[in-house]
Amino acid sequence: MTLDAELRVTRGTFSLDLDVTIAPGEVVALLGPNGAGKSTALRALAGLLPLTSGHITVAESTWDGANAFVPAEKRPIGVVFQDYLLFAHMSALENVAFGLRSRGTPKAEARAEAARWLDRVGLSGYEQTRPRSLSGGQAQRVALARALATGPSLLLLDEPLAALDASTRLQVRSELGRHLADFGGHTLLVTHDPLDAMVLADRLVILEGGRAVQSGPPAEVARRPRTDYVANLVGLNFYRGRASGTQVGLDGGGGLTIAEPVDGPVHVVFPPNAVSLHAARPEGSPRNVWPVTVAAVEQHAHTTRVRLDGPPAVLADITTATLAELRLRPGDALWAAVKATEVHVYPA
Amino acid sequence: MTRNRVRGRLPVVLVLPAVAGLAFLLVPLAGLLVKTPWTSLPTLLSAEVGEALRLSLICASLATVLCLVLGIPLAWLLARSGLPGRGFLRALVTVPLVLPPVVGGVALLLVLGRRGLIGEHLDAWFGISLPFTTAGVVVAEAFVAMPFLVISVEGALRAADPRYEEAAATLGASKWVTFRRVTLPSVLPGVVAGAVLCWARALGEFGATITFAGNFPGETTTMPLAVYLALETDPDAAIVLSVVLLLVSVGVLAGLRDRWISGPT
Repeated sequence: MTLDAELRVTRGTFSLDLDVTIAPGEVVALLGPNGAGKSTALRALAGLLPLTSGHITVAESTWDGANAFVPAEKRPIGVVFQDYLLFAHMSALENVAFGLRSRGTPKAEARAEAARWLDRVGLSGYEQTRPRSLSGGQAQRVALARALATGPSLLLLDEPLAALDASTRLQVRSELGRHLADFGGHTLLVTHDPLDAMVLADRLVILEGGRAVQSGPPAEVARRPRTDYVANLVGLNFYRGRASGTQVGLDGGGGLTIAEPVDGPVHVVFPPNAVSLHAARPEGSPRNVWPVTVAAVEQHAHTTRVRLDGPPAVLADITTATLAELRLRPGDALWAAVKATEVHVYPA
Repeated sequence: MTRNRVRGRLPVVLVLPAVAGLAFLLVPLAGLLVKTPWTSLPTLLSAEVGEALRLSLICASLATVLCLVLGIPLAWLLARSGLPGRGFLRALVTVPLVLPPVVGGVALLLVLGRRGLIGEHLDAWFGISLPFTTAGVVVAEAFVAMPFLVISVEGALRAADPRYEEAAATLGASKWVTFRRVTLPSVLPGVVAGAVLCWARALGEFGATITFAGNFPGETTTMPLAVYLALETDPDAAIVLSVVLLLVSVGVLAGLRDRWISGPT
């Protein structure tokens, strides 16, 4: 029953080369920056774009391969598009019933089933409402009901929360999570928002430049990023280097002391709030201390993030009290300090 | 106050020709109404006028239906198929727009006439002869009017987001169901606008009709033909016919405009 796909698509100078497997009931998030090939992968799985080579197999049946291509309208899929693409001239009910009607369900039956789905997503009473009169969150739920109403074996979600404002988003995200938990088929979620991916997915696949650079459970990916992009997403300072005992020589210059001795190529991470900043060189306990200069200061919700040039360059989150004390301006020379025990090291 | 100031800034260089243009379009119509012998109108509204009007309305409507049946799929082909040489095809479709209608009529005669390329076989095999019949009027009007519909519908199709069609496909809709239930409703305003233009053009058609279908009262004499012929014998009758044609076209267009063309309600 597993979905197994080798997605190889070449278009001009861009090429996608991605292997995906999704178990029944599993939610896999495809996370990556714009232009990484996420949409291409989704369109290939949906049958809107034929593969250049590779295959898509779901439970023994081949959707795309060397001598088989099942077009979109023949695949048991449901797609929630980024801007929903609800049919403007149809009511919410007709939108949800559309898939059932197209697949041959008699009209009355399709409408009854569509009404049940609208009720399930909390929109009973909105049957006759036209899409343009729905709020963003309501339109998203109609789109989800429309995609799920046909009982697809593969659900594809293309940035399902990107069009929502921050307050709606939180609620719709948790509702979406509930519906995904109830859904027994395969789900692929395409997003560039790490929070959506972390909350909704059982497994992440990080896509950069058409290639999977990392995959694993969200907690694992968040703890052990393998590229700058992922480290940036999860908000960690990230370095590549070579360890020898408790010393790591960093590829970008500079070095760090770690608590547990290891040897060989490693990745090193530590959170920005593990970094303390000092006007004068701090004395005392064994820790990493190096001179830095302030590159930029950004105000976040409750902390201030400081970008510092090294080597090594580093992000530091400081409290408002520290900010007041240090009176930071770009170009200021400071000392950064990180305890060896805060530094997390794992093999490259 | 603000309004006045904004209005005061309208440049004379544009306003003068604009007013002149408006006058140029409206004065002849106003003149027609002024010169109409309103008192003797009832006597001039003869049975022939009624017949010509009926024929005009029927032929223009049939021609519009013919244009819809053939033109919408053609517009779809031009807008959506990805056919090679679409640009060239599109240019060909617009040829009847710029072609003098009389030339269109001659071309129709050469192809569909009794000894024409196709007309010869139609006559020999099926006993069908189009020239100088009411069906011939419909064919001539449709030939001249179809580009209006095709261009209007194709423009609407090209402006419509094809991703809705992809969404329909992912919901299991075949190409035909997608066209019928998603594409066509989304371009309906364009179709209606095109059909109205097409109908108006067909109603006023003269050159191709008189060349291809001739002038047989009750059979091929539509209003424009009747107006032209009356002008030589009875100018007052020509004026009456013109006014009737004017009122009917303006009435129908105004009625449709309120209902359809003013945009989404």
